[in-house]
Amino acid sequence: MTFNGWLQIGLVVGLVLITARPLGLYMAAVFEGRRTLLTPVLGPVEHGFYWLSGVKPDKEQGWLGYTLAMLVFSALGFVSLYAILRTQAYLPLNPQGFDNVPPDLAFNTAISFLTNTNWQAYSGETTMSHFTQMAGLAVHNFLSAATGIALAIAVTRAFARASASTLGNFWVDLTRTTLYVLIPLSIVVAILLIVSGVPQTLLASVDATTLDGAKQTIALGPMAGQEAIKQLGTNGGGFFNANSAHPFENPNALSNVLQIWSMLAISAALLVTFGKMVGSVRQGWALLASVGVILIAGIAVVYWQESAGNPILTSLGVDPSVGNMEGKEIRFGQALSAMFAAVTTGLSCGAVNTMHDSLTPLGGLVPLFLIQLGEVLPGGVGSGLYGLIVFAILAVFIAGLMVGRTPEFLGKKIEAREIKLAMLAVLILPLAILGFTSVAAVLPSALTSLANNGPHGLSEILYAYSSATGNNGSAFAGLSANTPWWNTTLGIAMVMGRFGYVVPVMAIAGSIVTKKRAAASAGTFPTDRALFVGLLIGVILIVGGLQFFPALALGPIVEHFLMLSAKTF
Amino acid sequence: MLQHFRPALVMLVIFTVLTGILYPFALNGFAATFLPAQANGSLIVDNKGVIIGSSLIGQAVSSDRYFQPRPSATSGPDPKDASKTVAAPYNAVNSSGSNLGPTSQALADRVKAAVEAERAAGWQGPIPADAVTTSASGLDPNISPQYALAQVAGVAKVRGLDEGKVKALVEAKIEDRFLGIVGEPRVNVLALNLALDTLK
Repeated sequence: MTFNGWLQIGLVVGLVLITARPLGLYMAAVFEGRRTLLTPVLGPVEHGFYWLSGVKPDKEQGWLGYTLAMLVFSALGFVSLYAILRTQAYLPLNPQGFDNVPPDLAFNTAISFLTNTNWQAYSGETTMSHFTQMAGLAVHNFLSAATGIALAIAVTRAFARASASTLGNFWVDLTRTTLYVLIPLSIVVAILLIVSGVPQTLLASVDATTLDGAKQTIALGPMAGQEAIKQLGTNGGGFFNANSAHPFENPNALSNVLQIWSMLAISAALLVTFGKMVGSVRQGWALLASVGVILIAGIAVVYWQESAGNPILTSLGVDPSVGNMEGKEIRFGQALSAMFAAVTTGLSCGAVNTMHDSLTPLGGLVPLFLIQLGEVLPGGVGSGLYGLIVFAILAVFIAGLMVGRTPEFLGKKIEAREIKLAMLAVLILPLAILGFTSVAAVLPSALTSLANNGPHGLSEILYAYSSATGNNGSAFAGLSANTPWWNTTLGIAMVMGRFGYVVPVMAIAGSIVTKKRAAASAGTFPTDRALFVGLLIGVILIVGGLQFFPALALGPIVEHFLMLSAKTF
Repeated sequence: MLQHFRPALVMLVIFTVLTGILYPFALNGFAATFLPAQANGSLIVDNKGVIIGSSLIGQAVSSDRYFQPRPSATSGPDPKDASKTVAAPYNAVNSSGSNLGPTSQALADRVKAAVEAERAAGWQGPIPADAVTTSASGLDPNISPQYALAQVAGVAKVRGLDEGKVKALVEAKIEDRFLGIVGEPRVNVLALNLALDTLK
């Protein structure tokens, strides 16, 4: 670790903090229907959309109506994306002449993009046509992110309103997120990416004659636009197999800073939006402080372990001074590679600029653990906010148990119904992750997909189901996941992680919104102070993390000690 | 439930047109007009109009007259049997890392062989890590200044050039961090090799 490395990390954190407030307040204005800078241009477009789709923007929905609208929209998105994947050979813009995507891979990919997971069991440059990338995958990069933000705003309204019955209108929130937030930000980021060298063309590839006289075919494509929303929408599905490690997706250290900022910008700002809408921006900062502490600790562990290098290689004569370079790119360096790895999994992004499979055992444990915490640091766009609110509810509940008072969060009484639903949501993760992992670990046909043996093989399985269930999408990519078993089970895990989580959360919102607001009294536990921040950190680590500890011990932790004793597999 | 179908369908169609067609095509138009070099992959074309490569993408080097890039884990289809793959370093249509874990025997064997090759070429002391490890994309265009400097003597000897001149060229081609802070010092191998060809 170097001072300069920490300076780079601090710079990115600073950028995120600087933009969180203005962006958060802007989003609050958008979702409260107030006039913004972009309203004169986008207002007519927005209302045109409502008119075309028969939406009455003033007609709000209760939690069930809102959730059903989201489910119908997601189901339709799945069907259309599956259809595009299965018929891409007959569709336009297929310069490489790729075949239709096989059924199990199309199933997996459609669910993956729909749930904001962007797990990729395929290699983009050898599987997907330009039409599929643009009109199929990139569209869902926008829509799955917008869906997540809409849901988070609905949950926010549950705390912002008292004695009410509705949470907003899903179609309005979806439209506003896409038009006012995602598209403008994506255009700005895409242009900056093109300036830094990311291609944006319909050419499929060019042939070059190398200095040696050999032929090198270089894949190109319309990637800058997709790259922008991939990061901003915390999707993570890259144009290329190597994702943000590919020099075309992420050409230099500055584009790398921009990409890390893009992952964090909206999620961090949404906490400010939450605070603003519930009437206390300070509450938003308290939530951000809690997750910031864990995230920075995660970055520190990855940075420390990766800088220390791999003693097995050092003993062979490799210079350890620059750390573990297997699966890393020179231009990013250890600090910004470590930060990318922790951020992409603290969020539910899943883009990678370093190959997680080749991280040192503890360096690889961090991304795995951060996904298992439920990706609330500060989480995927939208999903992070509502995941964090579930933890906040559990935190005040535990505090209430300790002092023997009815727990409250933002003046709303937290009662048995909310706690039951919160536990239901929280338990989806271990059910899917540990359930599927335990089956795959003894199934011979699943085990043939592993690229690494020993404890690292278990880590590959555990990472795959954690990533799918957490809707992350990054991988220990040595795993050959494009088989019917993996495509199907990972697809199911993604559905469980997205919808099995959000439906109980929306039910909580539906019950909270009807409650009246209790006035703060001397006995109220303040949720915007350091004590709450500390308690929330504890609850996230204990409730979110402890259930996975035995599995982690058998995977990365034991591998760490084996690496120190120079044991290879 | 039925009342949700119309908005779902219409919104899906209009957002597909907006974000899947208008958005990328507008960016294509913008990029082609204002930033054509970057938009088309930052290609390097020689004075005869032949595309040599991309300044962003590493390329395989087989001749010892040139500086070597990092090892690459990319693969390509086997020319004898298209259903199989074979190692094809710097295959820029199939980016990939090795995905070998830290306790992988395959990784240890590969690094051991690479270290021995460096030793046979006369390099003493610890081997620069990037000389024996594969990058995440398999297309890393850069090497560390240490690795570039380690290759100076060999390249100068094969070309019959003065070692000091080659060393000066490498030092001139070291790109520093942006503003001295962001990124890492590095050498673009293709740019270095192109400059090397002009060195007398």
